[in-house]
Amino acid sequence: MSEALVVAQDLVRRYPVPRRWPRPPQWLQALGGVSFTLAAGRTLAVVGESGCGKSTLARQVTMVETPDEGTLAIEGIDVVHADAATRRRLRSRVQMVFQNPHASLNPRKTVESLLAEPLVIRGDTAAERRRHVLASVERVGLPAAYLRRYPHMLSGGQRQRVAIARALMLEPALVVADEPVSALDLSVQAQVLNLLADLQRELGVAYLFISHNLAVVRHVAHDVLVMYLGRVVESGPRERVFVAPAHPYTRALLASAPTLAGATPPALHGELPSPLAPPSGCAFRERCPYSIAACAADVPPLLPRPDGGPGAVACIRASEILGAAI
Amino acid sequence: MDAVPAGHAPLLDVAGLAVSFPGAHGDVAAVTDAAFSVAAGETLGIVGESGSGKTVSALAIMGLVDAPARVTARTLAIAGHDVAALRPGDRARRALLARRVAMIFQDPLASLDPCYSVGAQLDEVLKEAGTADERASRARRRARALELLRDVEIPDPAARLAAYPHQLSGGMAQRVMIALALAARPALLIADEPTTALDVTVQAQVLALLRKLQAETGMALLMISHDLAVVAAMAARVVVMYAGEVVESGAVPAIFATPRHPYTAALVAALPESVPLGAPLAALPGRVPDPRHRPAGCVFAPRCARRAERCTETRPALADAGGTAVRCFFPLHGPASPAVAGAMP
Repeated sequence: MSEALVVAQDLVRRYPVPRRWPRPPQWLQALGGVSFTLAAGRTLAVVGESGCGKSTLARQVTMVETPDEGTLAIEGIDVVHADAATRRRLRSRVQMVFQNPHASLNPRKTVESLLAEPLVIRGDTAAERRRHVLASVERVGLPAAYLRRYPHMLSGGQRQRVAIARALMLEPALVVADEPVSALDLSVQAQVLNLLADLQRELGVAYLFISHNLAVVRHVAHDVLVMYLGRVVESGPRERVFVAPAHPYTRALLASAPTLAGATPPALHGELPSPLAPPSGCAFRERCPYSIAACAADVPPLLPRPDGGPGAVACIRASEILGAAI
Repeated sequence: MDAVPAGHAPLLDVAGLAVSFPGAHGDVAAVTDAAFSVAAGETLGIVGESGSGKTVSALAIMGLVDAPARVTARTLAIAGHDVAALRPGDRARRALLARRVAMIFQDPLASLDPCYSVGAQLDEVLKEAGTADERASRARRRARALELLRDVEIPDPAARLAAYPHQLSGGMAQRVMIALALAARPALLIADEPTTALDVTVQAQVLALLRKLQAETGMALLMISHDLAVVAAMAARVVVMYAGEVVESGAVPAIFATPRHPYTAALVAALPESVPLGAPLAALPGRVPDPRHRPAGCVFAPRCARRAERCTETRPALADAGGTAVRCFFPLHGPASPAVAGAMP
């Protein structure tokens, strides 16, 4: 294993939810103690449904927000307690690609000025900027003639290429990609996923890849983090998580994804509980087919897989579940 | 050429459907040649990427494409009534559509009126398109509204009647949309990307619900999606659209297992599941043609690995090729996706 680029320990993030006067705001816990390690040049995928805390996690790692509790180290530097100058320097090491490139690119700027902006902030000369911008459009497979175009003159796939080129402009160590291909058509999605894989091989950049699409995650990820209601319920290398899932929620997610093979009955009933009033104990227990009385007692800790393989699972019945057929 | 059970007139029969919008430099064709039919109790899937014309085709069937757009069709028949002859605003056409056809959309929270409760919105539809009893009696309408919410498996339906759309989750809102669509007991339900905005576990629930409701009511279902797997889970037959026209149609297992049209083959090959883990995906180069500058021959020719001179000059017709209809001079044979994947750089 190469050196750890990001080490997160028990990240907690709460948001206030205002209530009618004079009651104090209620606190919504969006992250309830999330830990993970991401090595340089690797891809860690975060999967889970809306409201599971995927995007909140991205906001902590990109240093847009500061976690309320826990520690977060990027390139060995504690970012929670770092001073403003250190955080600013670290920010150029972590960049972001968003779901909708139409919204994330300024419509009034040309591709060239969009790509040059990080370089202006870094203080490059005009000649250096021009050279870097030309190299970067070539790297993402766009013709140099597109530099004078505006975002609305590009297709969705081309815009996402511009967003990726911009994220890589300052040679970051980590790119946080939040649903980068969800808005793209199938044939274009394959182009962009191939591009991300090529860039990782070429530049050694690590990805924190957030997606709800399990087929895409299975293809791009080295390691997987499955989240449910602000907590990690299962983590491990892709082969373990997809081939022998140990948490009932992971199993349900995999069983729910439609395939070309045809219809499958729904694996879960009900929907995500309100994060303002989560169930006691395991947050998944009300929808879980394996739920027993003991599940209501305590939040299950994330422990090493009972079968001894790499990875961890937060379920008190994990060993029985591993014994059951998928 | 579409296999509709013999002896049954199809519930929906569309042929030669074209929709164009006037632009600053002449007409822009969104749909040039759509053709499909759906029989009672059957599910037909329409797949295609953005700009393929799948949604515009559905809106045109519903009479929801207004002037100055132009809708023309060789055949457009709903339940045996020829509606191609009737203008979109025609009273007879509206009555036919209101009673026989319903449509649900991708984003249920955008389709529901935020100012009215679920109960009020169901009441409004029943007042317009319910049975004579329901139109006459408010109590009957309320009873039917409760029954509809129960049918779409909404927990605690009596309480939900008073709820407003913003109080519903995405999955619940889509269930309410389905209840509204079923209020008039339609013979055909058009579902345009009904689960695209939903999470995967909720998507599985809503797809199962649609299958159950279809089995109970015997309605026909036209399922529009960009997701091949969603169509595979729902439909027995599928129509593949590209750049405004149908390029392939036939039985679902056959089309996805052994696609005949190079575009269908490329779509199946582009799925992450289609390649071994870690291998590059079979990306389809290029992009959908600009509808203002359509290629002269086959619309797919500029992106096609199999194109010959003939393809760039003459537009192929949708022709029967052993059970499936294909718009291609050089259709693929047998399991096609590996061959195409190998041919693409």
